[in-house]
Parts: sequence; C-alpha cells; structure tokens
Amino acid sequence: MTIKLRYFAWVRERVGKTEEDIEVPSGVATVGELMVWLSSRGEEYAHAFTNPKIIRAAIDRTHVKPQTSLEGAGEIAFFPPMTGG
Amino acid sequence: MTATTLVRIQREPFDAAIEADKLTHGRTDIGALVTFTGICRGDEAGELIAALTLEHYPGMAEAEIERHVAEAVERWPLLGVTVIHRHGRIVPGEDIMMVATTSSHREAAFAAAEFLMDYLKTRAPFWKQVEKAGEKIWVEAKKTDDAAAERWAASPGRHAAE
Repeated sequence: MTIKLRYFAWVRERVGKTEEDIEVPSGVATVGELMVWLSSRGEEYAHAFTNPKIIRAAIDRTHVKPQTSLEGAGEIAFFPPMTGG
Repeated sequence: MTATTLVRIQREPFDAAIEADKLTHGRTDIGALVTFTGICRGDEAGELIAALTLEHYPGMAEAEIERHVAEAVERWPLLGVTVIHRHGRIVPGEDIMMVATTSSHREAAFAAAEFLMDYLKTRAPFWKQVEKAGEKIWVEAKKTDDAAAERWAASPGRHAAE
C-alpha cells in the first residue's frame, strides 16, 4: 500500500521535507505503528518523532488517533498540536 | 432554520466590519450579532515580536472549520456564521482571524462564537511561529486552550438559547 505523507510546522522542519510517498511495510497497521516505523528511518525522523505522544495525525484531512487503522488511507499528515486562532 | 455560513482561509487582510455587515445587511430577523477578531500582538511572553507566520494545512483547515461551523449550527439557532482565518506573515496590529455569528437572540450568538473560537484554537490545523530577536520560534499549544475546548463536549448547547 502506497500512501502520501505530509508534514507540518516543526515536524516538517525536523523531517526536512513537506511530503513524500511511502510504501507501508507489512506489520504496520495503525497510525501509531506508522510513527514508530518512521522514527526508525533515520536521525531526522527519530528527532521528529522522538515524542510521538505530542504528535497529532490526520488521515485524508480528518483528525485521527494513534490506534486508528491505516486501511484505505490516501494521505496521512503529522503535525504538532495546533496553535491557530 | 437555515443559517448562512461562510468559511474562508486566505493570505490577504480582511475587513471585519464589512464581513459583519454582510451577515446583517437588509435583514430584520436578526436580533444579535457577535464578532470576535483575533489580532497580532506586538509582544509574546513579555518580549517584542517582529511578526507572526501562520502555517496551515490547505484543504484540511477549511474542512475542519466547516465541520465545527456545521456543529454550531446544529447546536444553536443561528442565522449566520462567518469564519475567516489568515495564513502567512502577519505583523503586529493586523487581524489574524475573525468569527461572526448572528441569531434572533444574544445567547446563541455569544455561545456559538465562543464554541467556534475554542475549537478553532485546538482543532483547526494552523501553527504560529513568532519572529523575535532575529529568531523564528514555534508557539507552543496552551493547556488552557484544550480545557476551554473540552468544556463544550458536555454542554447541552441549544437550550441556552431558549
């Protein structure tokens, strides 16, 4: 399964890219598992996902929780807690 | 009751007075208009800032705000809702965003405007960065904003207007 990943704010800065397409490895079924796998992809990812509890995620532009399944996801975004308004 | 709703995400400045007037102009069924405008302050935690830069998630920002506007319309008897949020670089004194709500009576307009603000702060995908002393620093989310949003989860909403 190929999905598009998008990064925002300091997650984007730490990863060093705004988006990328990845092939989800077998065994990675949830958003939380994806974060764990991403953090193993290199220093920049480890830095970005060092504290996954504070990272928020959205699947196809809707907020999701770490336990949410990746099934059917087209685009997954990772970002820090929001500070708009 | 059908409410007129408008959600706009834009880089350019907006005129809150003109936007509020659009909601009420030529109507006689509106008894209350509440507007909130968020303005860029010239200081952050006691230190002078040069500007704010707002990053957003295009597409999701609109969708998320529209979801909350739909919920507000469901919970309170509103006649109109306008939400405008800017992105990009904003200097002190400029408007960042606005919420305007209209209703027959004030309770619904006040409550819905506050509900929308509390949810916007914690759920709409925008991130603020401040420029100060030549540095760019991401603003940290406040726990008090989370608490403000959470109180609406248990609130009955609609009866407040009756």
